[in-house]
Amino acid sequence: MRNIVTLANPGFDSSKLEEFKNIWVFCEQREGRMMPTTYELVSEGRKLADQLGVKLCGLLLGDNVSGMAKDLGAYGADEVILCEHPMLSVYTTDAYAKVICDAVSELKPEVLLIGATNIGRDLGPRCAARLHTGLCADCTHLDIDMTEYKDFLKGASTLAPERIDGLGTAKVLGQNHDISSDLKMTRPAFGGNLMASIICPRFRPAMATVRPGVMKKASYDEAKAAAVKVTPYAARLSEADMSTEVLEVVKAAKKLVDLVGADYIVSVGRGISSDVEGGIKLAEELADVLGGVVGGSRVAIDSGWLTADHQVGQTGKTVHPKVYVALGISGSIQHQAGMKESECIVAVNKSESAPIFDIADYGICGDLFKVTPMLIEAVKAAKAAK
Amino acid sequence: MDFNLSREHQMLRKMMASFTENEVKPIAAETDRTCTYPKENIDKLFDLGVMGICVPKEYGGAGADPLASAICIEELSKQCASTGDIVATHNGLCCDPILANGTAAQKAKYLPMLTTGRKVGAFCLTEPNAGSDASKGQTEARLEGDHYVLNGSKVFITNGYVAEIFVVFAMTDKTKGTRGISAFIVESSFPGFSVGKHEQKMGLHGSPTAEIVFQDCIVPKENLLGVEGKGFKIAMQTLDGGRIGIAAQALGIAEGATEEAKAYVKTREQFGRPISKFQNTQFVLADMELASEAGRLLTYQAATRKAEGKSYTKEAAMAKLWCSEHAMKTTTKALQMFGGYGYTQDYPMERMMRDAKITEIYEGTSEIQRVVISNNIGL
Amino acid sequence: MKILVCVKQVPDTSGKIAVNPDGTLNRASMQTITNPDDMNAVEAALKLKDETGCPVYAVTMGPPPAESMLRELMAMGCDGSYLISGREFGGSDTYATSQILAAGLDTIGIEEDDIIFCGRQAIDGDTAQVGPQIAEKLHLPQVTYAAEIHKDGNSVTVKRMLEDGYMTIKVKTPCLVTCIKELNTPRYMTVTGIFDTYSKPMTVLDYEALKDNPLIDKSTIGLSGSPTNILTSFTPPQKGAGMMLEGNDMKTCEQLAGFLSEKHYI
Repeated sequence: MRNIVTLANPGFDSSKLEEFKNIWVFCEQREGRMMPTTYELVSEGRKLADQLGVKLCGLLLGDNVSGMAKDLGAYGADEVILCEHPMLSVYTTDAYAKVICDAVSELKPEVLLIGATNIGRDLGPRCAARLHTGLCADCTHLDIDMTEYKDFLKGASTLAPERIDGLGTAKVLGQNHDISSDLKMTRPAFGGNLMASIICPRFRPAMATVRPGVMKKASYDEAKAAAVKVTPYAARLSEADMSTEVLEVVKAAKKLVDLVGADYIVSVGRGISSDVEGGIKLAEELADVLGGVVGGSRVAIDSGWLTADHQVGQTGKTVHPKVYVALGISGSIQHQAGMKESECIVAVNKSESAPIFDIADYGICGDLFKVTPMLIEAVKAAKAAK
Repeated sequence: MDFNLSREHQMLRKMMASFTENEVKPIAAETDRTCTYPKENIDKLFDLGVMGICVPKEYGGAGADPLASAICIEELSKQCASTGDIVATHNGLCCDPILANGTAAQKAKYLPMLTTGRKVGAFCLTEPNAGSDASKGQTEARLEGDHYVLNGSKVFITNGYVAEIFVVFAMTDKTKGTRGISAFIVESSFPGFSVGKHEQKMGLHGSPTAEIVFQDCIVPKENLLGVEGKGFKIAMQTLDGGRIGIAAQALGIAEGATEEAKAYVKTREQFGRPISKFQNTQFVLADMELASEAGRLLTYQAATRKAEGKSYTKEAAMAKLWCSEHAMKTTTKALQMFGGYGYTQDYPMERMMRDAKITEIYEGTSEIQRVVISNNIGL
Repeated sequence: MKILVCVKQVPDTSGKIAVNPDGTLNRASMQTITNPDDMNAVEAALKLKDETGCPVYAVTMGPPPAESMLRELMAMGCDGSYLISGREFGGSDTYATSQILAAGLDTIGIEEDDIIFCGRQAIDGDTAQVGPQIAEKLHLPQVTYAAEIHKDGNSVTVKRMLEDGYMTIKVKTPCLVTCIKELNTPRYMTVTGIFDTYSKPMTVLDYEALKDNPLIDKSTIGLSGSPTNILTSFTPPQKGAGMMLEGNDMKTCEQLAGFLSEKHYI
C-alpha cells in the first residue's frame, strides 16, 4: 500500500472549531480559464462572509494563473490564496487534494466551497475524508443567517411556519447544539422530491460542493478587482505524491450547446422515437423561432438521438430558461429536477396522464408531430404581430 | 402444496421481464409489420441460456426445468408471441425429443449445437393431408445400407427456414399406420433437404413458417431417433410437452393484452371520466385476470408434473386448451376496449388478436385437446 | 488479480416517489433496484473478467434484504459477494459509510493487482462521495467518471469525462474507479447464473467481523461517526397546477402563442 499522505500541519485537528476562521472558495480553472461556477460561488461566499463578519478568500491553484486573481476580487473575494506549481497546470486528484489539504490544515478556514463540477466532485470528498470533516454534495442553497434561512424555508418547503420559526438548535450526539453560526447546506435528494438541510456541527471546515448554475453571479466591480490581496502559498509537491498520470486532455470537438445560459429551450423525449430525425428537426425549428436551443431527456441522450451536452435533468443540466418546451417528454422526476424552475413550462404529450402536465404552465395533449408545426406558425404569427 | 415460485424462478421471471421490455417490446410491431425473423434477439436468447434452457449443462444448456422454460415463453409472449413461439418450438419440439429419446452419441452431437452452437431447431410432423391424423403421413424413409432415404414434404413448419436441425417423422412401413412411423434427426445441410414455400400467415409474422421438402434426402442410419416404428409415440410425447409451451405462449399473449388494456382504460376518457371507472370495463377486466390466473395454475402444474416425472398428458392438454381459448377471448375483448384505435396498427391489440388465433390451432387444435382430455378421464 | 465492486440497493425512483408526512422517504412502499451507475460498475468488472478470467466480488453495505441484490449480481456473473450489515453501522453519512466500506474491503484484502469499481453516484442521495472517500481511506489512487477502461499489466488507462471533454488517465493498480453510464450497457442475468446463484458464496461482514480493523471505531462509524447531521428534511411545495389547453389544433396553438405573448415570454 502507498504511503499515507500527511498534512502540512500534522497537529491539525478538525474538531477544534474555535481555531477556524474565514470562508474559502476553491476557484476551479481549466487551462487558464475560470469555470463560470467559480464566480457564482465567490458571489455567494461574499454574502456568507458578510453574515459572519469574516474574510472571503479564493483558493486558486494552477500554473501561471496569478492574472486571474483580480476577477475573483471583482466578484467579491477579499483575498486570493495563490498556489502556483508546474504540477498543478492540469488537474490531478493527487496534487490538488494535497495542496488544498495542506493549505486548509495550516490556514484553517471555517467553510470551504467547491463547485460541483466533475472535478469538484472528485476533489471535495477526497479532501473531506483526509481532513476528517463533513461535506455536503451538490448543494442548491446555502445559509448562515437564521432569519434568511427561515425565510428561505418558508418559501421553499411545505413545513409548517411554526416549525420553521422554532428552529434554532439541533440534536448532535444527544446534546442541543445552537445552529445559528453553522453553515446550513440545503440539497435535493431523490431528484428534488425531497430536500434536506445539512449541518457540519463538530468539525471544520464545513465543506460543500455547489451545483453549477444555481447561485447568482454578482455584478463585476472594477474597484474590488483592483483591491484584491494576493497571498502566495507555496505548494509542496513532488513526483512521489503522484499515483496517476494524465496522458491527454481533450476538449469536445463540437461546440457544445449552452443549455444553462439559454432563455428558450425546446426539449425532446421518447415521443419522437417514431421519427427521430423529424422530431429533432421540428424542435430545432421551434427553438429557432423562439431564439433558443434544443435539449433532451435522458431517453433522448441514452438512445443516441442527441449528444450528452443536450441532456436536461438530474444527471444532465439544471436549467432555468424563460420558456421550456417539452415535446414528447413524459416528465420523470429526474427530468423535472433539471427544468422545473423554468419560468414558463409548455408541454406537448400524447398521454394526458404524463407527469409533465403536473408541472406545466400550459399543456397540449396531442401528437407532437402534428402540434409542433402549428405551434411554430402560431409563434411566428404572434411575434410578427408585435 | 406450495403456490409460490422458487426464488430462482422469480429471478428468472424478473430477468425475462426486463429482457422483454428492453429488447423485445421495442421491435415487436416492426417485426410483425415487416414479417422479419428477430434473429438478433434469438441470438441473445441463446447467449442467456433461454434457447435450450432444459438441456443439461454437460451439453451446453442451463439444466433448468420445464417450468423455467414456460416462464420464459410466457414473458416473451406478453410483448411478442412470435419470439415466444420460436423459443417454444426450439425448446419443446426439438431439444426435448432429442434429450428424451436420443442416444448418448446423438445427444453429444446435437444438443450442444442447439445451445452454445446457436443452431435453431424445428419439428416436422404435419403434412398436407395429415394434420390431426398423423397416420396418413406420406413422407417415407427407406433404409439403404448405412443410411435412410427420405421422400415427401412437411408443411407449416415453425422455424422452417431458419432452423438447421429438424426432428422429422416419416413412414418406415406404410402398412402399419401410426406404428410404421419413425423419427429422425435431420440437418438442413443433408443432401436432398430443401425449404419450400414460406407461409404468409394471419399472425405470428416474426415466426418463420415454411414447407420442408425431402427429395431423396440422405439421412445417416445413426440419426434414427429411438427405434423404428416408435416415432408416433415420440411425436405424441413431444406434443404433450410442447403444449405446455403453447399454453405459456397463449397465457403470455392474454396477460400482455390485459396489461395494455388496463393502462389504456385509465387514460381514455369518455362521458367525462376514464373508461376504467365504468363497471362494464371493470368486470370484463376482472374476468380476464381471473382466466389468466386459472391458466397460470394449469400451465405451471403441467410443467411441474413433467419435471417430477409424473404423467401430464391430460394436464398439458387442459392448460393448452384453456389458455389458447382464453387468449383469443381476451385479445378480442381487450381490443374492444380500445374502440376504433384497437383496430388500427397504432396499438398492439390487432396484432395480439391475430397472434392469439394460432394457439387454438397448432400443436393440436382445441378439438384435439378435448379428445386428449376425454381419453384421460375414464370414459 | 481480483475485482471488488461496491454496489448499493436503492429505491426505484423511476415511478412515483412516496414521502411520509414528516418529510422522510417512505422506503417501504417503494421497489428496490441496484443503483444504476453501480450496474455499469458491475458490467465493467465482468468485462474485465471476460478478458482476464479474474474473479469479481460484489460488496455492499445494507440491511439483510440487500442479499436479493447480491444474488442477482452473482446471477449476472459475479463469483461471490460480501454483505456488510450491522445495527452499529446505521445512521452513517457518506464519511462514515466510506469508512465502513473501506474497512470491509481491507478485511477482504486488497492486493497489488486488484481494482475496486464503484458507480459514480447513487440515485437516492446523489452525493458521488463514497467512491473517492473509500479511495482516500485505503490510500488508493482514484479515477472518477470513467467512460472507458483498459487494463494493461499492472496499470489501468481510463477515459475520464469532463463537462467539456475528457482526460485520459493512467493509474497503477490497486486503484479505485467510479463508473458512469456511458461506460457500457449492463448485461442480463443468465439462466445458468440464476440457477447457480444461491450456491455461490455470500459472506456477511457484521460489526464483530470488522471491529478489529483500524478504520473501525465508535467515533468513525454510525451516527456518532458522521461529521454531518441532517438539520431538517422537507418536501418542496407543489407548483400550482397549470392549464391544460383544450384541443390540439391550430386554434389551440394560436391560443398558446397568445398567452406567451401576453406574458411577454415572446
